Amino acid sequence: MIKATVRWLDERVGATGFVRESLNKVFPDHWSFLFGEIALYAFVVLVVTGIFLAYFFQPSLAQKVYTGGYAPLHGAHVSAAYDSALNLSFGVRAGLVMRQTHHWAADVFVAAIVVHLCRIFFTGAFRKPREINWWIGLTLLVLALFNGFTGYSMLDDLLSGTGLRIAYSIALSIPFIGTWMAFLVFGGEFPSDRIISRLFTTHVFIVPALITALIAVHLAIVWRQKHTQFPGGARTDRNVEGVKFWPTYAAKSTALFLGVASVLTALGGLAQINPIWLYGPFRPETVTSPAQPDWYLGWTEGALRIFPSWEIRFHGFVIANPFFPAVLLPGITFALLYLWPIIDRRFGGDREPHHLLERPRDRPGRTALGAAALTFYMVLFLAGSNDLLARWLSTPVTTITWVFRVLVVVAPVVVGLAVHRAMKAFQTSGAEAFSKVPLRSFLRPRLSGDR
Amino acid sequence: MDERRDTQHRFSGGAIAWAFFLSFCGSVGLAIVYTLGGQVQLEGALLFLSLGGLAIGLVLWSHWLMPQGPDLEDRALLPWDQRDEEQAERAFAAGMSEIARRKFLGRLLGAAVAAFGFTLLFPIRSLGSRPGSALYKTAWRRGARAVTPDGAPVRADGLVDNAFLTVFPEGKTDQADSQVVLIKVPAGAFKTLPGREDWSPERIVGFSKICTHAGCPVGLYQAQTADLYCPCHQSVFYVPDGAVPTSGPATRPLPQLPLAIDAEGFVVAQSDFHEPVGPAFWRLGRRP
Repeated sequence: MIKATVRWLDERVGATGFVRESLNKVFPDHWSFLFGEIALYAFVVLVVTGIFLAYFFQPSLAQKVYTGGYAPLHGAHVSAAYDSALNLSFGVRAGLVMRQTHHWAADVFVAAIVVHLCRIFFTGAFRKPREINWWIGLTLLVLALFNGFTGYSMLDDLLSGTGLRIAYSIALSIPFIGTWMAFLVFGGEFPSDRIISRLFTTHVFIVPALITALIAVHLAIVWRQKHTQFPGGARTDRNVEGVKFWPTYAAKSTALFLGVASVLTALGGLAQINPIWLYGPFRPETVTSPAQPDWYLGWTEGALRIFPSWEIRFHGFVIANPFFPAVLLPGITFALLYLWPIIDRRFGGDREPHHLLERPRDRPGRTALGAAALTFYMVLFLAGSNDLLARWLSTPVTTITWVFRVLVVVAPVVVGLAVHRAMKAFQTSGAEAFSKVPLRSFLRPRLSGDR
Repeated sequence: MDERRDTQHRFSGGAIAWAFFLSFCGSVGLAIVYTLGGQVQLEGALLFLSLGGLAIGLVLWSHWLMPQGPDLEDRALLPWDQRDEEQAERAFAAGMSEIARRKFLGRLLGAAVAAFGFTLLFPIRSLGSRPGSALYKTAWRRGARAVTPDGAPVRADGLVDNAFLTVFPEGKTDQADSQVVLIKVPAGAFKTLPGREDWSPERIVGFSKICTHAGCPVGLYQAQTADLYCPCHQSVFYVPDGAVPTSGPATRPLPQLPLAIDAEGFVVAQSDFHEPVGPAFWRLGRRP
């Protein structure tokens, strides 16, 4: 049976060489290598659930009176988009579990990409020859963020309408081209009746196709270059140590897919997410309070909230306030990320190809910079909920905002310096566990080397 | 030694079998729940069971009963083949020189392709209307009655102190850029700005409801402090001084709508806003 299949294939496409090599391909085994796979499998769940949802959702702003399965909204004037999303949740069997799994999978997809990115950054896996995959991976992150936003924005509920309104205002703030850009993307002044169907086409067709294509290239390059590995044992730059694809790695990876799918479906069934029936339909003169975006846009939301009330005016021209936190900051963020392999090579790297990873402690400067950057974005993320913090802490929101304005400058510096010290301490203490590193090596890292 | 491995194998096999069995039960359960009409929490739990059972069974199987290596594989260093590279370069250069020989044709080809590339921009222009003066004006006109979102006109004598409501111009409740907050300010609690002395008849003031920061409706009014709050990014506007921003990221006051009261006692507009409403844009101060 197997023999006949192999022969059949080989006579037609000559694939046995590739198949044999692939079955025997060796994969290094380390827990930190799983995040990219988790992202991949979350994407598979997104595609499967997304196809189901697309069969029911109507990307239309045609107005109607709601008469569906959610009684509290009976009689409300709603759009076909919002109506079909409610019907999907209350009128279609297994519809709600699909919708919520899709939303959870999107949040996990971006989270897994971000953690994967951190792993690559802190272990130097982006170095030659893997720069191309670093750039593809970053592009995948941008597309994932964008598609997350287009996905939850097209339901025409009050929360997502608020997000669209802010996105429109951010586009308007761009110098020279902002007004035209906003009008071309939205099809006119906000709120236009064209944006929902545009979001739909972009969300279900254009971006998923791009993501699929880039994932294919990303994996093909990993396959070709073979995976990186941590130094130690018999591992060198010229070999790969691990388990063979067939059967062990294949079984493990399939198990990981099933595990990711089981957690996402459990969340989709048991943990409510984006309850659009509680937000209500979009009306231009109303707004939800509090209003937070999905987690992965929290940093831009926080930046918008704590950026001081500055803008630049001259001769009637304005560079509007949102431009700085919501266009310039993300622009600089991703520019630095794209340039990072080049920057890293300039500061302490080399031009040689590397297949062995660096431990974070071996490059304290890079590790400290990464930790400082993560702290910066974490403070911004928290600042995105300054209204909720004000409520929980019974403190005026103005005070909270000022605390964040200070923290966003101070915290990254403090964390960066502390991490730099810690990494130096780890260097001098060898491979001991964190808890075994003597306190004095944190306090006087350079002197403790000769203990 | 062998005996111990036997026991271990039997135990492993048993655990894996249980995991697969639970998964099987989960799928059967799913079929039953679905047939009975579906229930979201049960569906989530049963999906967790059927997928999770498979995952745990497989991971235990691969961990306990499959070869664990470590296996070693050689890694070829790039470039794989120096000679291949040279041949590819030569092949490309040969073709390139063929093209370069026809300089005139090559240039014309370049010009034609560039011209066609430019025409590909036209469909982008079709995506939206010309901004023109759209951002500088709203639907408010001289004598337009203020109506609530349901279309009910507002009588000036029907408003008590600190009354706060959202209005649109009559017949234009779908015009998002024309939303206005009406506030009846208590006596002595409002400074009329120079040039706006007759904009607030009977202490009724109107301000654009669209935040000048990022365009959210400024939906919260706190009467004690006379502050308007934007719930999106926490900008605060102080009404008595002409809705100037006092906290948060907003930089410009909310534009004020000149109001009047018509012969029948309804609140009307004297004119459109005197400045653009909503978030700032590049040519904000250069009305065409």
